[in-house]
Amino acid sequence: MRHKDIMDLSTFLQQLTNAASLGSLYSLIAIGYTMVYGILRLINFAHGDVFMLGAYVAFYGVASFALPWWIAFIVAIGLTGLFGILLERIAYRPLRDSPRISLMISAIGASFLIENLGVVIFGGRPKSFPSIPLFDTVLNFGSVSVLSVSLFIPAFTLIILFALLFIVNRTKTGMAMRAVSTDVEAARLMAIDVNKVISFTFGIGSLLAALGGIMWSMKYPQLNPLMGIMPGLKCFIAAVIGGIGNIAGAVLGGFLLGFIEIMVAAFLPALTGYRDAFSFVLLILVLIVKPSGLLGKKQTVKV
Amino acid sequence: MLRIEKLSVHYGGIHALQGISLEVPEGKIVTLIGANGAGKSTTLKSIIGLVKPSSGSVTWNGKSLVGTQTKDIVESGIVLVPEGRRVFANLSVDENLSLGAYARSDKAETEADRRRVFKLFPRLEDRKKQKAGTLSGGEQQMLAVGRAIMTKPKLLMMDEPSLGLAPIVVKMIFDIIKEINAGGTTILLVEQNAKAALEAAHYGYVLETGRITLSGEGRQLLADDRVRKAYLGEAE
Ligand SMILES: Nc1ncnc2c1ncn2[C@@H]1O[C@H](COP(=O)(O)OP(=O)(O)OP(=O)(O)O)[C@@H](O)[C@H]1O
Ligand SMILES: [Mg+2]
Repeated sequence: MRHKDIMDLSTFLQQLTNAASLGSLYSLIAIGYTMVYGILRLINFAHGDVFMLGAYVAFYGVASFALPWWIAFIVAIGLTGLFGILLERIAYRPLRDSPRISLMISAIGASFLIENLGVVIFGGRPKSFPSIPLFDTVLNFGSVSVLSVSLFIPAFTLIILFALLFIVNRTKTGMAMRAVSTDVEAARLMAIDVNKVISFTFGIGSLLAALGGIMWSMKYPQLNPLMGIMPGLKCFIAAVIGGIGNIAGAVLGGFLLGFIEIMVAAFLPALTGYRDAFSFVLLILVLIVKPSGLLGKKQTVKV
Repeated sequence: MLRIEKLSVHYGGIHALQGISLEVPEGKIVTLIGANGAGKSTTLKSIIGLVKPSSGSVTWNGKSLVGTQTKDIVESGIVLVPEGRRVFANLSVDENLSLGAYARSDKAETEADRRRVFKLFPRLEDRKKQKAGTLSGGEQQMLAVGRAIMTKPKLLMMDEPSLGLAPIVVKMIFDIIKEINAGGTTILLVEQNAKAALEAAHYGYVLETGRITLSGEGRQLLADDRVRKAYLGEAE
């Protein structure tokens, strides 16, 4: 009896680290959705594909160019950030004044294009990310053993989150971002360069997606050009659950999804086949109870 | 000096401005009055570059503003306090003021302007950490004006600053408009409160469905029968 309790506790702790790292990854991607939505009221359907690109660029950096992993990661994050900026320029900016639906169609089109170009350029066959010892070590804490990457991911994510919150809440650029997301026209009247702020937002969102993609492939080292679809969809859901447009909400939604997914798989193995469905069920429940999301504010208009 | 010549604006099939011309000389208060839908806001928006004119010209100290980005127009010294205030509701009062100074790099002068705003509107200083959305309508209007002052304007345009405010607050806003003007800032004031606006202004224009139908010195228009009937609600 005693022994079994300890076993359960250690399994639980082990699953908790898994949940924390999956939740972190979801959070990183969800932030991109929420930031772009906050500023353009656009669901960037191509965001999951940006995540995939980040992973592939890092892969080629390490596997083909034989760069030290950290250089490859920095280059991949930087290039993917630039790609996000370019995506907005090409696919969204020309449609800024068009009906919302055109923008949405363009986003879906961009997503398909990136996925299919991915198949053509990277090949449809999955690639496996070379093992990086620092992330691949098994650490033992008493009866709990975890992969080092499962600890790195939440730690990295926390640092990034604080940096991001600092930028958004404490810097001039962050203040401009909040202004643009509240009222674009009024922001223009403050001599804010709205295009620059939007580019910056896409850059940051894509950078975080790249980081997520890279860390994802440390944990799940199989890369394929469609790998961004499911995480993309789930993180969009996470952003909506948390309250789209709200960064803290995206993080909360990401962790919630990660946690539920892992715990269901671990403790209700019979339902594992439905694990992807749980995010949708949670989404529906939250939308019924609080349509603006957990941390979302009701839209109030003051006259 | 701001000069508008034969300015035309279309919204799809609606011909909102049908070739209006007007001038705002340096150092003066000029008002543009007219009924709902006359095209007053459209005039201000086309000056500041938020609306693209279909023809005509807007020149500011000899430079054409048509096709110039709003950001550059604001940096050249024109600012608009928009209709309905449009303060950033979820940002603090202080942040709203800082946004007014977004494009400025003269730190010391910016802080001096912030103190000037707090002197004009002491209530803003008491509430500077508060979210702008929690302010009363009158306080939001003060913030909108304060935020505009922070851009260091040479020409301050205001779109119906008295809308929805209690008479005592309206009086205060008009006093402050005069005070700002006395400090050397040119004012272009759009109002439906024709009496208060014409009393404060050196010069006025009457806009009717996209055309200027009357113009003259403030006092002169105030005494004009057509203005009295149409805008001051006086019977014959
Ligand atoms: N974005 C727009 N799209 C289509 N029509 C517009 C738009 N903005 C204004 N209009 C039309 O242009 C005309 C002038 O509008 P404008 O807002 O300039 O009037 P206004 O004089 O400011 O009125 P108010 O006193 O009610 O603010 C109106 O007929 C209005 O319906
Ligand atoms: Mg108007």
